[in-house]
Amino acid sequence: MNTSNQAASEVDRADTPTASDNDALAKRWRRATEEPAWLKVTLITVALAFVALFLVLPLSVVLFGAFERGIATWLEAIRDPDALSAIRLTLLIVAIVVPLNTLFGIAAAWAIAKFEFRGKPILISLIDMPFAISPVVVGLIFVILFGSQGWLGPWLAAHDLRIIFAVPGIVIVIAFGTLPFIARELIPLMQQQGKEEEEASLTLGASGFKTFWHVTLPNIKWGLIYGIILCNARAMGEFGAVAVVSGRIRGETNTVPLHIEVLYNEYMFTAAFAVSSLLTGLALVTIAIKSVVEWQDERRQRRAAA
Amino acid sequence: MNLTAPPTLWSLSKLTASILIGGALLGATLGVSSHAQAQPERVELLNVSYDPTREFYRAYNQLFAEHWREGHDQEVTVRQSHGGSGSQGRSVIDGIDADVVTLALAYDIDALHDRGNLIPDDWQTRLPHNSSPYTSTIVLLVRNGNPKNIQGWDDLIRDDVEVITPNPKTSGGARWNFLALWGYGLEQFDGDEEQTFDFVRQVFENVPVLDSGARGATNTFVQRRLGDVLLAWENEAILSVEQLGQGDFEIVVPEQSILAEPPVAVVDANVERKGTRDVAEGYLEYLYSDEAQALAAQHYYRPIDEAVLAEYADTFPSLELFTIDEVFGGWREAQARFFNDGGVFDEILEAINAP
Amino acid sequence: MSITLARRRVIPGFGLTMGFTLLYMGLIFLVPVGAFLLYTTTMSWDTFWHAVTQRQVVASYKLSFGGSLIAATINLFFGALLAWVLVRYRFPGKRLIDALVDLPFALPTAVAGIALVTLYASTGWVGQYLELFGVRVAYTQLGVVVALTYIGLPFVVRTVQPVLEDLEAEWEEASASLGADRFTTIRRVIFPALFPALLTGYALAFARALGEYGSVVFISGNLPFRTEITPLLIVAKAEQYDYHGAAAIGTVMLVVAFAMLLVINGLQWWTSRRHG
Repeated sequence: MNTSNQAASEVDRADTPTASDNDALAKRWRRATEEPAWLKVTLITVALAFVALFLVLPLSVVLFGAFERGIATWLEAIRDPDALSAIRLTLLIVAIVVPLNTLFGIAAAWAIAKFEFRGKPILISLIDMPFAISPVVVGLIFVILFGSQGWLGPWLAAHDLRIIFAVPGIVIVIAFGTLPFIARELIPLMQQQGKEEEEASLTLGASGFKTFWHVTLPNIKWGLIYGIILCNARAMGEFGAVAVVSGRIRGETNTVPLHIEVLYNEYMFTAAFAVSSLLTGLALVTIAIKSVVEWQDERRQRRAAA
Repeated sequence: MNLTAPPTLWSLSKLTASILIGGALLGATLGVSSHAQAQPERVELLNVSYDPTREFYRAYNQLFAEHWREGHDQEVTVRQSHGGSGSQGRSVIDGIDADVVTLALAYDIDALHDRGNLIPDDWQTRLPHNSSPYTSTIVLLVRNGNPKNIQGWDDLIRDDVEVITPNPKTSGGARWNFLALWGYGLEQFDGDEEQTFDFVRQVFENVPVLDSGARGATNTFVQRRLGDVLLAWENEAILSVEQLGQGDFEIVVPEQSILAEPPVAVVDANVERKGTRDVAEGYLEYLYSDEAQALAAQHYYRPIDEAVLAEYADTFPSLELFTIDEVFGGWREAQARFFNDGGVFDEILEAINAP
Repeated sequence: MSITLARRRVIPGFGLTMGFTLLYMGLIFLVPVGAFLLYTTTMSWDTFWHAVTQRQVVASYKLSFGGSLIAATINLFFGALLAWVLVRYRFPGKRLIDALVDLPFALPTAVAGIALVTLYASTGWVGQYLELFGVRVAYTQLGVVVALTYIGLPFVVRTVQPVLEDLEAEWEEASASLGADRFTTIRRVIFPALFPALLTGYALAFARALGEYGSVVFISGNLPFRTEITPLLIVAKAEQYDYHGAAAIGTVMLVVAFAMLLVINGLQWWTSRRHG
């Protein structure tokens, strides 16, 4: 490998108009725009080792645990009424939280990336805050606010409204915990893209919304999809904060992660891993959809180019 | 610029639709639950309990539903919530709608009075035996063949022994463990507090992991194979032997231990509001019936009924049991002295980790 | 100056988007967090100071902040590498690995903790071999770092990936045609473009690690002074009905985390202005 590289550089330096000139130019061009093959292989190997250690092995533990006793046991664990009600609850929460956070993410990224204003780093840091607040503290905050010993508790009780230990409380803490995902995905992307294209479109007379749909959205499409996928996955998997505000009523306020904990604590390890594998599967479905869209997009572009 | 309908509009309408559907679903769920409450012949109870009682109450709820149906022409559904005893007590104080609480120790129910004013001060006298329809004790679970030859509390301070117990700060069971150790120490050293402190400190020096709950500690000992001995509720220890590893573990019953009384109570403020007092009281009283006592014994809780206990004498070996009232003056005092911030347990941690 | 003003007039929607951003953030978390901070002020300074400076609590700060910093740094390097490999190279199984990156978000943290301890305990698939070299992961501070690395892993990858995908090949080609070698192109063209995203990913991974609870408690061993993280102490306080103590420690974490995020975001804003 090394010698061939040296040889190539000698050819480059020779700088004589021979038949191999085109070849040398192409090599030189490749070397200036790509990494040498040995480096590629090394980088891929290191990355794959990291992935194996931190992602593949934990997933294997879950899948191995889930299917250790066969598919029938797996199905039984999923069909359990408590499991089904936990799945329903989790899907309902995702259906509320993800669209809300998507709207928020787009709005926040637009405001931050397209405009200059004072205190921008503070606003960005504020958007990051939900990540930094321990899920446990998130739960605590809402208990202090809405609990019957809390500030709004007596008022809520007097009006027969339930926030914590009911669905609304779970929705709020999950919206809280997943709030930054889409915004934080879009902000660096839109900042990096600048605002020239939008300005051109607007100068040509398109309205603000048309500019957003036709110029901005196609540009941020992948970032947006990434963000939604992350937000969705995290919303399904949120545990710590939900544990504090859900009250863990079986079949009612147990989300899928809480149900998994229940199963684990009942020494039903196979069932716990079975439900975990389902949750992983649900999250990976969104990724599969992304891959299909991506693939179609590539094909369309190739056809357009041809 | 003549722009055709952009394809992205479709995504926007999908987005809007999902929000609307989400909202509608939410409304529907709330609507359904209030509808269910409107039917008088169906009664719902919420039993907020601690971790190890899951299996017992699942069986008991069926037993009680049958019993109540016969006498009262009502269909009772008991909803369950399980978690660490402390966090469950906290949930009730913070407003979960529990009709009854069945927790690991009286202190967590005292808190319902002290911090939430949900029950009267004298709640523990309302039902027989300190409102504890079943009891348990703390025993030692060791690996098969007892390779470290652990016979009693004294062996826990040996250098070659690793002890697994949950954290008394977060686990009710762990507080019973701690008090069992302390009580034994007092007995051993003729009430000498300093020597007892030293003894318990030496045990905790052998603890490599402090799980937050009893079931977590059991999983560490059984699944992760960490440690030589697990301090556990007797019912949990028997369950581990039966369910998790036939022939992998043995129970060592020490000569003396603490009588653990997990109490039960009706949450007055909630049953008054919901109009469920009759059935909630019936639910707890029926725990003292022969059928329920036998069921408790089958789930490895010591029944307080002598006749039933005698029937299951094989399961429950006799040992010398001291109570928390005799040795520690009740849970409120024990909690304040040992487990609150700056208490004896904190002093032990400080002593172990002195800089 | 006049150019900035003119630009500001061209792009619309500042009022609308900023209004919605602030309203939503306000409802979901600014008001609740504000109320929480207000709650902390209801306790006396002595109570607060005592609660947050106990030796046991201070020991947990060291572990939580130190562990999070190490984990975020590991993620910065490996995350950037992974994003690069996924965007630029072709190799079999790429799509699958791309999908796997989100696993730490999808798997509930408690399940992750169980899976990790199953792997890294001295009886586990990986742990038994590490044990041969005298390396113990589970129930040590190393275990905390492993769990924090795991849960923060997607952040850097997922913030860098879209920027890298969007980076036009023309820039690099232009750089190459101007005679720059590959290393110079990476240093002068690619790295500056990625820098804001890298910083964001680092900040997020750090912030997330700081607050993590569910997965760590399974693998750390939770020994006070040694392997006890701060969020666990908060839980312990709350379960003893000591809401004030819990809120006090929570406030400290909140303030410090916010300060660190502010520094990192300020730095990013500064660099993007310098380059933009």
